Amino acid sequence: MQKIGVFVCHCGTNIAATVDVEAVAEAARHVPGVVYATDYTYMCSQSGQDLIKDAVKKYGLTGVVVCSCSPRMHEKTFRKAVDSVGMNPYLLEIANIREQCSWVHKDKEIGTKKAIALMKAAVAKAELDSPLTAGETPVVKRALVIGGGIAGMQTALDIADAGYDVDIVEKNPTIGGKMAQLDKTFPTLDCSSCIVTPKMVEVGQNEKIHIYSYSEVTNVSGFVGNFKVTIKRKARYVDETKCTGCGLCTEKCPMKKVPNEFNLGLNNRSAVYIPFAQAVPKVATIDPNYCLMLNKGVCGLCSKVCGAGAINYKDTDKEIEVEYGAIVAATGYEIMDVSKYDEYAYSQSPDVVTSLEYERLMNAAGPTGGELLRPSDHKRPKTIVFVQCVGSRECDSTRGGKPYCSKICCMYTAKHAMLTKDHYPDTDIYVFYIDVRTPGKNFDEFYRRAVEQYGVHYIKGAVGKVTPENGKLIVQASDLLMNEQLTIDADMVVLAAAIEPSHSARHLATMLTASMDTNDWFTEAHPKLRPVESPTAGVFLSGVCQGPKDIPETVAQAGAAASKVIGLLSKDKLAGNPCVAHSDEMMCTGCSQCADVCPYGAITYVDKEFRMRDRTTKVRRVAQVNPAVCQGCGACTVTCPSGAMDLNGFSNSEIMAEVDALCR
Amino acid sequence: MVYNYFPGCTLKEKAQDLDTWGRRCAEVLGVPLTEIPEWQCCGGVYPLSKDEIAIRLSSVRALIYARDNGGTLVTLCSACHNVLKQTNFDIADDENFSLKVNNYIASDGQEYHGETKVLHYLELLRDVVGFDAVKKAVKNPLTGRKIGAYYGCLLLRPGRKMAMDNPENPRIMEDLLSAIGATPVIYAQRNECCGGYLTLEDSDLPEKRVKRILANAKAQGAEMLITACPLCFYNLKKYAEGTGVEIRYLTDVLAEALGVKEG
Amino acid sequence: MASNYTVTPEEILAISGVNPRRCMKCGRCTATCPAFAEMEYHPHQFVAMVESGRIGELMNSRSIYRCLSCMACIERCPRQVDPARLIEAVRLAVERKQGGNHLIPDQVPERLEPDMPQQLLVSAYRKYTK
Repeated sequence: MQKIGVFVCHCGTNIAATVDVEAVAEAARHVPGVVYATDYTYMCSQSGQDLIKDAVKKYGLTGVVVCSCSPRMHEKTFRKAVDSVGMNPYLLEIANIREQCSWVHKDKEIGTKKAIALMKAAVAKAELDSPLTAGETPVVKRALVIGGGIAGMQTALDIADAGYDVDIVEKNPTIGGKMAQLDKTFPTLDCSSCIVTPKMVEVGQNEKIHIYSYSEVTNVSGFVGNFKVTIKRKARYVDETKCTGCGLCTEKCPMKKVPNEFNLGLNNRSAVYIPFAQAVPKVATIDPNYCLMLNKGVCGLCSKVCGAGAINYKDTDKEIEVEYGAIVAATGYEIMDVSKYDEYAYSQSPDVVTSLEYERLMNAAGPTGGELLRPSDHKRPKTIVFVQCVGSRECDSTRGGKPYCSKICCMYTAKHAMLTKDHYPDTDIYVFYIDVRTPGKNFDEFYRRAVEQYGVHYIKGAVGKVTPENGKLIVQASDLLMNEQLTIDADMVVLAAAIEPSHSARHLATMLTASMDTNDWFTEAHPKLRPVESPTAGVFLSGVCQGPKDIPETVAQAGAAASKVIGLLSKDKLAGNPCVAHSDEMMCTGCSQCADVCPYGAITYVDKEFRMRDRTTKVRRVAQVNPAVCQGCGACTVTCPSGAMDLNGFSNSEIMAEVDALCR
Repeated sequence: MVYNYFPGCTLKEKAQDLDTWGRRCAEVLGVPLTEIPEWQCCGGVYPLSKDEIAIRLSSVRALIYARDNGGTLVTLCSACHNVLKQTNFDIADDENFSLKVNNYIASDGQEYHGETKVLHYLELLRDVVGFDAVKKAVKNPLTGRKIGAYYGCLLLRPGRKMAMDNPENPRIMEDLLSAIGATPVIYAQRNECCGGYLTLEDSDLPEKRVKRILANAKAQGAEMLITACPLCFYNLKKYAEGTGVEIRYLTDVLAEALGVKEG
Repeated sequence: MASNYTVTPEEILAISGVNPRRCMKCGRCTATCPAFAEMEYHPHQFVAMVESGRIGELMNSRSIYRCLSCMACIERCPRQVDPARLIEAVRLAVERKQGGNHLIPDQVPERLEPDMPQQLLVSAYRKYTK
């Protein structure tokens, strides 16, 4: 006979306000098999846990049911508690009477009724629970960071600092990311290059860090502690080990009409190129879309001038497979395409630019050498209009609009306005805003400085139409506080376009089985308590790939992700999850349906000899589950037509018992 | 393939140029238009409310006829196109609207759920004929002519329902202009309203609007504007005098290029 | 005219199918409106006034006859508030009651000009009469 204890948590008023917790405990006392039931204000507190431990000892409990919050919250806590007094942790069940009951009901009577039903279901399952023991797997002591922007670099540096090997996979020829393209950073106005390029050098020189630049992750298999990752090293037609980065090839290359992506196409580069002077690795890359030798078989100039003999026109994409214990996604963001917002005339005038393009136009290493000249006629703009929230905070996605606030635009626009005024005090600057959002240390002071000290015209309103005409941009806008429609003859218009996740992120998330929200930002395991972990064990999140962030926040999160990785890599072995599937070979018909639905590739088929009743032997094809790879999702158990697949801890009989209890 | 054609009231009267040359060009391009019998006025402007059903029924009847006779309905007038396409979209998209409309038409033994494909004449040229084929059929290329397309508001908006082109930076008419040898002139005011029906009551605003549009087109180098909307045509023409900007229907210009009409 | 007659915000919402609470007061409608100068109440004010129940004032305003139904505000509204739909709804609320027609047929002949397209009269009738 089982001896079950039931513990009902008030969670302050979170549960107790909508559920009569005493009534739940009282109802439990009448459930067959329950020998003890009680309620308590905070079951997760030390004294709450002691209550459970004492009862286990006093009543010799064989199973425990805690009626509380979601198991995602405190299942671990309570399992640890019963484990400490000698009970197998898998004999504990949680009845979620908070998220799935008290929080969704208003009526106490209904809430209580439902809580009792959930409690009874959990008791029914607990009666069938059997002790489970987790296996152990070794941990590969190497981490992979996907993305080499400030987030990825910081994560890699922090992991390396703890003594572990880290690889960075970066799709571009150089690390550095968006931060390398910025001019100054808010709110301190320190030079972005001056703080990011030393970081890049540090990463490049760190013995523990290996950079796979111009590379992409193409496949991920395995599980926490034991990932196998395929990395495609795209053909760069230059031998990285030989190239000295002297740049002679880039000077001599006759094909100089390639849009320069580092300057967002505001000027051109050569077909063989080094993205910028401080690139890491400082190695040339040949752009196969434009190289005359690769396309037409004539030229070969770069090969002739290269003293190191690094050019290799026969280079091909190569794939390598590497094992990792942990993976960090640091894929960052892109600027949204604003061509569908052409009432702002971005596609109709070169003088309408995005904020990142404006950043390049102000940058000393940019296409104008830091002198602010508008793209159409290289004249200095006297009147500039900044438009906020282009594509952000929209509920209609027809034009690609985003429902979220991009978070960084208010601050960088204040920065752009001030820097412009600093260099050219006679410039007239208008900023059209919906709200100015500047929470953050010294942020609002920064924005107020733009208004009060620099005289930037902040106008609560929007731009409705930009009409390029006679060398001007006629801006039609609203001033809501004045209830007016304005017309401004501007020389430039700068659009604070929404930021969106890297376009490679969705594909990567699929490979990592990491979840994403509807906007394609990576989802964290818990929005408050586990912000740098993905719900998939061993996969961590760093920087903007999880949601819009500024640089300090990104760096802080990058460090946090690194500390989680270090915590994982510091273990020699990982306790596995014992709640894995297994197949009853006698019942298995070898149909393969389980293997087809398994998202982790944990199921294989083997030919096995079976003794038949008539003493003959027969070879049958049966399913086998690799317990180290299985994540216990249960897809195979519901797919199996013969009922051969079952899941430890969530067996078919346990689930049926729960359902029976609920239907009773 | 039958291309059912809904001409609309204005094309039968004041905008006969738009209609005549449209049909003649379609013939030359191998997509002759078949006028549907007993069509009724579309109403001239799409109702922006949710609860007016009866006035959209004439559109629904035209759509039903087209569905039962080949499945395609072509319009040329921007306003008719807007009303027909929006009605067609809403009937497929808005359950409540569809239910009410079907209650009305059930008495005629009819049922409709948006099956017809509504095409503007420009879409017919782009998606069925193909601008390359148009280009090949050109006899008198309008080489060197700087022409601006005037879209107005009804041709492209709302973009979600018209789904014809980028409503903020369209190119369908520009591509047609290129195909017939002209130099298209891009000017931002090409999708801003001409003042529309307000001209009946108070012509101040239409005058201001049209002058703004013409000034922008002229500044960008346009010598001529083409349109598919009789009301835009009327408003534009009224104030174009003395500006040196010629106003013509798009089919009129197309007919000239195809050699259907003397230039 | 409409002086002693008013309707509730709920009625306007039912006619228009628009939820003005979605508005985040960005002002793109008013920025884009080609009829701004002719209007006493501007598109963003329509939204706020419908939301706060000040519909009588809107019904008495000539602004409701100045909207061109050009749908620029609908196209550019980031929140699907679509101010033109609210303006249309208020105008319909006026026209649907006795004597609410803005355009009286007797006045039309004197305004006609030879080249006026039928489309002009049809759309004006549709917008200004029941």
